Amino acid sequence: MTPIKINNPVIEVENLRFYYGEARALHGIDIAFPEKQVTALIGPSGCGKSTLLRCFNRMNDLIDSSRVEGRVLLNGENIYDKSTDIIELRRRVGMVFQKSNPFPKTVYENVVYGLRIAGENDKNFLDERVETSLKGAALWDEVKDRLQESALGMSGGQMQRLCIARAIAVNPKVILMDEPCSALDPKSTARVEELIGELCKDFTIIIVTHNMQQAARVSNNTAFLFEGDLIEYGLTKELFVKPHNKQTEDYITGRFG
Amino acid sequence: MVDFKGLNMRKSKYFFWRVGEPMVWLSASALAVTLLCALTLLIVIMVNGLGVFWPSAIQQLELQDGSRIFGQQMQVEKSPDAEALRRQYKIANRDLNGLDFRWIDEAQIVSQTEPQELLVLERVEHGDFYGTLQQLKIGGQNVPVTPVSLQKELDRVTTALDELAELEERLNRASYRMEQLRLKLLKLDYQSVSLQAPKRQRLLEEKSRLEEEFNSLVNLQSRRVTEIRKGVALFTDAAGRKKEISLADILQVYSPNRMTVGEKIIFYGHKLVELLVGEPRESNTEGGLFPAIFGTVMLIFVMSLFSFPLGVIAAIYLREYAREGLVVRIVRIAVNNLAGIPSIVYGIFGLAFFVYGIGSSIDLLFFPERAPTPTFGTGGLLWASLTLALLTVPVVIVATEEALGAIPREMREGSYALGATKFQTLYKVLLPMASPGIMTGLILAMARAAGEVAPLMITGVVKLAPSLPIDGNFPFVHLERKFMHLGFHIYDIGFQSPNVEAAKPMVFVTTLLLVLIVLLMSSVAIRLRNKMKKRYTFGTF
Repeated sequence: MTPIKINNPVIEVENLRFYYGEARALHGIDIAFPEKQVTALIGPSGCGKSTLLRCFNRMNDLIDSSRVEGRVLLNGENIYDKSTDIIELRRRVGMVFQKSNPFPKTVYENVVYGLRIAGENDKNFLDERVETSLKGAALWDEVKDRLQESALGMSGGQMQRLCIARAIAVNPKVILMDEPCSALDPKSTARVEELIGELCKDFTIIIVTHNMQQAARVSNNTAFLFEGDLIEYGLTKELFVKPHNKQTEDYITGRFG
Repeated sequence: MVDFKGLNMRKSKYFFWRVGEPMVWLSASALAVTLLCALTLLIVIMVNGLGVFWPSAIQQLELQDGSRIFGQQMQVEKSPDAEALRRQYKIANRDLNGLDFRWIDEAQIVSQTEPQELLVLERVEHGDFYGTLQQLKIGGQNVPVTPVSLQKELDRVTTALDELAELEERLNRASYRMEQLRLKLLKLDYQSVSLQAPKRQRLLEEKSRLEEEFNSLVNLQSRRVTEIRKGVALFTDAAGRKKEISLADILQVYSPNRMTVGEKIIFYGHKLVELLVGEPRESNTEGGLFPAIFGTVMLIFVMSLFSFPLGVIAAIYLREYAREGLVVRIVRIAVNNLAGIPSIVYGIFGLAFFVYGIGSSIDLLFFPERAPTPTFGTGGLLWASLTLALLTVPVVIVATEEALGAIPREMREGSYALGATKFQTLYKVLLPMASPGIMTGLILAMARAAGEVAPLMITGVVKLAPSLPIDGNFPFVHLERKFMHLGFHIYDIGFQSPNVEAAKPMVFVTTLLLVLIVLLMSSVAIRLRNKMKKRYTFGTF
């Protein structure tokens, strides 16, 4: 395995091991993610890519009897340190889920949710954030006239982009995406992929995907995981063209997975 | 590979069973039976309850033995010893006849007419009177007898009675103030304040002033009463017996045989209004049900105030904060089993814990001077509500837990991922989304509480409450007071009344009213729930 050289990593993972009860899901992962780039995590089902992703904003804390060993550094600070404010962490590391999950509120309230719970109530500021976030998520033109309507009346693709707008509204450093397009039709998928290309100008994006064409289309770097180990990590264009590892090659050529 | 060559496309003889057609029929008929039972019950109650106030014709019957009766036909059935039919008549005039109803074999009836001049009097005492008007005397002076003159005199008496009622209201207030003063003085005694203390002197002065006012009011009242009682009317019943009735004892006079359908409808409407806003008379078998309606609604309301927050908060802890394990599982089983405890046991618990435990302690702490008269240490609306709240809290807990559990995990995660704390997630996302389910729990709880009678009987319900739990006397809401309740009312007039036959119509009316109140409250809650549902759940997807 040839680790790619990263000068200015946003997230560095050192010997990360993750346990669901007694079962170990990650066997010592070392990986670093470069700033303002898109990194894709690929691998067959159950390989631990979602688990790894959810370690970055400590979403796995919600799972009873799970345990983490090793370090995850966000800008050099270990997020698993006892003194870490988990709220502050999640504000810096946003997340977009597989199934779009807008809250049963208006479009406007959905976007400002993260700001409101942080205690922000200045109307002008919120208005401005709603506009920039929705524009950032390429949704503004579609919903600018129905900001006060329920978000639940939108189409699936719109809902997912609303979730992206909601995530970028709090201005995070990193956005984690857990198979964001798996429930979308091809047209909506294309729009979200296009959006990812735009977003990586401002944010560091880590995306889990099952779809290798998608990984090839949207990412700068790709990491291939298999049974809880990081098998290969490199520039996307290299990894897909001439993988160094036999397993990687088998997977991306569709021999298994 | 499957060999399709011999495949038979016709339905096999087991097809009928495999498709499950009989099961569909079974479940459909189960539903039909349930609906039928509910509908039959409703229809029985409505048929019996709605007809009570209709002013049906009064008949004059000549019987074979030469006697004559006035009566309103109630029902017809086969007589037990003969093949012939017999009819039940309401003959009223309880004070003359000794009973209100009489069975008469059809064979005995010689003739049957509906005389126009027959009058029905609703009286303060002894039930209705059927008869004809003979004489009208005001203070010994004869007044010409016409239906109009009787009505005019009655109207005059009614106005006087209204004034008297106002006077009585003032008397009530004065006596309430005197009672408060007495209690204040009692407190001073208890605190051993000296007899010369200015505080005590002031209270005593006020007391003597109040007593003066009270006595003058009592005098005025008795004068008014003699004034009003001067008017009497002389009636004769079917047998020709004479009966003198004071005009003040007559609530209403009408002649059903002369009324047109329109007049009857108006009369019916008046009776309904009286039922809803009037006070009960004649050991609750006549008059209105207002105190019982008020008591029922207020009981349910106060019960909800306790059981709703308690249940929701308990369920939140159980579902969101408590760590899943043996203890939580035991608690959950215990909560579910609470719903299966006979309600009378709750009543006994309420009596022991709330009334004798907490209530008596409150009395000891705050009202020691009133001993041995209990204030909170006796059944009352507050304790009955708390007992019912205990009874219904499992319903709210289970519903809230279900509603919270049904929210997809993505919703919580989405909120956490934006930096929300558990508490923020709970009250900004989860509770709004769970609100329709929680409302369902509340609806069920209210319906259950409205139908409970047993626990109330020992925690504060009474046959006749002297005053409502809310009135114009400070502090306006008196939760320690005893109250009336429609459910208990049904039991009381149906089974505890000295004249069960006469009370029967009222039983149906009260039942109908109770059902209507539950229906009304539920439909309001259901409307609210549907509104929430529309707002907080996915329409599509």
